[in-house]
Amino acid sequence: MKQMLLVFSAVLALAASSAFAQQEHEHETPQPPRLKWSFAGPFGKYDQAQLQRGFKVYKEVCSNCHSLNMVSFRNLADAGGPGFSMAQAEAVAAEYKVKDGPNDQGEMFERPGRLADHFPPPFPNDQAARSANGGALPPDMSVLAKARTYERGFPWFLFDIFTQYQEQGPDYIVAILKGYAEKPKDMVMPAGMNFNTFFPGHAIGMPAPLSDNQVQFDDGTPGTIDQAGKDAAAFLTWAAEPHLVARKRLGLQVMIFLIVLSGLLYFTKKKVWHDVHAHPELLGGQATKEPKLTRS
Amino acid sequence: MSGHSTYQPQNGFMKWLERRLPIAGLIHSSFVAYPTPRNLNYWWTFGGILSFMLGVQIVTGIVLAMHYTPEATMAFNSVETIMRDVNYGWLLRYLHSNGASMFFIAVYIHMFRGMYYGSYKEPREVLWILGVILYLLMMATGFLGYTLPWGQMSYWGATVITNFFSAFPVIGDPLVTFLWGGYAVGNPTLNRFFSLHYLLPFVIAGVVVLHVWALHVVGQNNPTGIEPKSEKDTVPFTPYATVKDSFLMAVFCIVFAWFVFYVPNYLGHADNYIPANPAVTPQHIVPEWYYLPFYAILRAIPNKLLGVCALFGSIGILAFLPWLDTSRVRSGRYRPLFKQFFWLFVACCLGLGWLGAKPPEGVYVIAARILTLYYFGYFIVVLPLLGIFEKTKPLPHSISESVLAGDVPLGASAPPPRHG
Repeated sequence: MKQMLLVFSAVLALAASSAFAQQEHEHETPQPPRLKWSFAGPFGKYDQAQLQRGFKVYKEVCSNCHSLNMVSFRNLADAGGPGFSMAQAEAVAAEYKVKDGPNDQGEMFERPGRLADHFPPPFPNDQAARSANGGALPPDMSVLAKARTYERGFPWFLFDIFTQYQEQGPDYIVAILKGYAEKPKDMVMPAGMNFNTFFPGHAIGMPAPLSDNQVQFDDGTPGTIDQAGKDAAAFLTWAAEPHLVARKRLGLQVMIFLIVLSGLLYFTKKKVWHDVHAHPELLGGQATKEPKLTRS
Repeated sequence: MSGHSTYQPQNGFMKWLERRLPIAGLIHSSFVAYPTPRNLNYWWTFGGILSFMLGVQIVTGIVLAMHYTPEATMAFNSVETIMRDVNYGWLLRYLHSNGASMFFIAVYIHMFRGMYYGSYKEPREVLWILGVILYLLMMATGFLGYTLPWGQMSYWGATVITNFFSAFPVIGDPLVTFLWGGYAVGNPTLNRFFSLHYLLPFVIAGVVVLHVWALHVVGQNNPTGIEPKSEKDTVPFTPYATVKDSFLMAVFCIVFAWFVFYVPNYLGHADNYIPANPAVTPQHIVPEWYYLPFYAILRAIPNKLLGVCALFGSIGILAFLPWLDTSRVRSGRYRPLFKQFFWLFVACCLGLGWLGAKPPEGVYVIAARILTLYYFGYFIVVLPLLGIFEKTKPLPHSISESVLAGDVPLGASAPPPRHG
């Protein structure tokens, strides 16, 4: 019997190891490099200056093709976000033309944006977006940072629970933004597609969106691809998870509460069970009623 | 629920009520005076944790339903509105989505505990079968709920899983059309899934009552697997079990909170943040983690109908466990060989879970077939034969003897006189 078990475990181990070997084979797309983010970890917070820079990248570059449908102008002034003042957010909104109506004459009209408006999309519909982008549909960016990831593989995916690694999305976005390269000679690229090292299958519809110094940051930060890409990814993370700071702050309070509660309950349990453990020969139910009479 | 009530109403109103509706007496006899074996370990606290999680899911779910729109073009956005604009909506939703996973973690521990200590054996067969029914209802509820955010995995997961039924000859296709309310997963599907997702938790709550009732009739099993023989072997539920359950529940909440506040999307799938799109099939359609072992079994079998039968069989076989295990000894503690096969079985389930998330190709399929063979072999071959051939260790005469042997040096002093 024992031998049978041994043989069986050996077969399992073999199957598992060959599975890993094969998995490594499949990894033609490299893993995006892991970056440092201010919002990572249990005490993570968004870096306001970074979000403001990222917003500028979004406004000047991404928003030409990508919508941000679920984000409102008022969100720019929300706590835990980019930290614009209400007046600044209002000014940003006013720069946009928003379609409204119908008015009293039954006609649609355009007006300047207000705080309550959502960011207006660059194209009136998906068909228009496709037609302007060689058939590819630029995805909405509202939850993009949570909708993109890459496979971590065994055993890393288990460690991620404990290290709280949740930033696969922004890491992937930065890798894509920086991942444009010359295609290998032997690769046949479909018309209108571009080679990207980190895109699954390597053929991506979006042409390289960033170039050095394309975006001039107001705070004097150099607008390298590296910087602009990272800032844009941080902004998209905020857009996808606007309550992250509140969540982690509340999380800390809940954790402290639960750890104290568990401690108190542990000692209560120890006290309550003390007599049962100390005098197991006693009748359990009676042990607490007359604890002093147990040994004499 | 257990014998006659020893409850003594304290004041006039309670006396008045007790003569008309003895509900306080019922609660007292079920959750205060109810005798529990004194040697229960922490694996026995998961029943309480499961009731707590059911409560969490129902409360958060009811509030979420106040803000959610079960309509195909609006569902995804309404979930995002909850996440962004509803006060503490992000908390409710992360509690609910991670709560489902915690619920399943707890139920798997609870089930493996039952399997290790032989809690399904005579006279607890009905208790066990009610548990299997609860597990099935949980699986259905979890699946229906996962459809509601109407992301890519919601949509395609629902498509793949409902398509299982199309494997059945003749009735298959009409049945699937009936389930969908159309010729593809669409708005009618979403509507009925929402309705059923709201209904089933209350069905679960009802079966939980039966489960607890059955438990209180036959009494709890315990790590020795021998029935309490005297009052010496038990302690009253309150305060002993209550405080022990509360402690582990708080510890469990720490794990729960870790997921909710720090890695809330870890157990989900990134593709579910892409709105459902019938025109684009995701590269790998993966169900939620708690179905993965069964998904691996399904895909291990090359024939669709047989695969679906194996999938349902792998859960259905649990209901026959009380009769498949022929051993007269209940607890795995006294079954040296069973112990090894049991842990292999746990490893097998984890392995199947891992394979369920992998593409069904090459060596993954071969590994899944080996593990599927062991999964069924455990129930159909190993357990029936072990009962006949295994040489078990001697059992203690009573729970208190086992406790005495383990907890204090024997012969330190003569037992003091019993009082009361």
